Amino acid sequence: MAADKVDPIHQFHIHTLVPIHIGGYDFSFTNYALFMVIVVVIAGGGLYWACVSRSVVPGRAQSVAEILYEFSASMLRDSAGAEGMRFFPFILTLFMFTLVANLIGMFPYFPTVTSQIVVTVALALLVFFMVLIAGLMRHGLHFFKLFVPSGIPIVVLPLVVAIEIISFLTRPVSHSVRLFANMLAGHITIKVFAGFVFSLGTLGALGVAGAILPMIMVIGLTALEILIAALQAYVFAMLACIYINDAIHPGH
Amino acid sequence: MAGSDGPGETGKTGTGKAFPHSAENLELDRRLRQLDRKLAEQRKKQQTRERPARSSNASGYAAAVRLSSEFVAGIIVGAGIGWIIDRFAGTSPWGLIVFLLLGFCAGVLNILRSSGMMPERKLSGKPDDAKKDGQ
Repeated sequence: MAADKVDPIHQFHIHTLVPIHIGGYDFSFTNYALFMVIVVVIAGGGLYWACVSRSVVPGRAQSVAEILYEFSASMLRDSAGAEGMRFFPFILTLFMFTLVANLIGMFPYFPTVTSQIVVTVALALLVFFMVLIAGLMRHGLHFFKLFVPSGIPIVVLPLVVAIEIISFLTRPVSHSVRLFANMLAGHITIKVFAGFVFSLGTLGALGVAGAILPMIMVIGLTALEILIAALQAYVFAMLACIYINDAIHPGH
Repeated sequence: MAGSDGPGETGKTGTGKAFPHSAENLELDRRLRQLDRKLAEQRKKQQTRERPARSSNASGYAAAVRLSSEFVAGIIVGAGIGWIIDRFAGTSPWGLIVFLLLGFCAGVLNILRSSGMMPERKLSGKPDDAKKDGQ
């Protein structure tokens, strides 16, 4: 029985809650979709609720909301300058979504939305196309100067430009894989060590004594995972800020 | 009065102002500076002690994931582009070979950039691009 229970991948299974089929495509409302809605409600509603009193001297909830706001505002201002602040609503939304999604995933039995590569790829492609469109709208075709480094001999220029373009296209891939891999690996690691606790615990008294070691490991890993959840949300938003900076200032 | 803000003043203006207590003040001043120096040393030590410990745990892991994802992304994108070109232009296997190699280069470039080994062209290359625009 123990061997059946300990399946570290089981937590990532998607199952349909409300089946919806439109034109042969599967638009079903799944457990992950439900948690995306919950994340949005908690992130948006939490910030709204925290700021509803609008007191000059902030209470506890309002302080937290203000810290989150100022943190992401300074993150964007530092990397993209004052001009980048027009993207602030987007960055705050992105940061709050990933942060709340990562942290909600730390609750037992809650699916981590960001451990599905579909979700992170969608977010990364959103950032990628927004940067591309914003850059093209601001600078027109000058935006593509981003791919033409100066001081390169004409002979190797096509090669360098090709490498630069590929390097630019890798952004959404590495951007999404980083968040996805961190969340997936962390949750699998915790589950594997928790599985050790369970299987050792069924072996009798000696096993129970031995199970203390992986138990300590699980506690440590959980703390580390909470750190990584916050850190990766920050990294994800930070990278979006850096990419936005490229869209605003590609030429200088 | 002179005694209360003496330590700060005597340090700057010398002993001229606070004549009556000058010996006492100088002594206090000396001790204060000594304590300051000791505090500064202690703080520096603490900072240097904390930093390597932190970077070896969490951010070392973060750096590993970051660099490997950058590299793998380069190869995947290169291979993908090559495969698509082959599929539509019918140049199999040359597109895949060429773009896989280019993707490898892009992956190495990504790693060098994100580890700060190479000046980021998109950032440091900007002044040069601006010059080009001007010319």
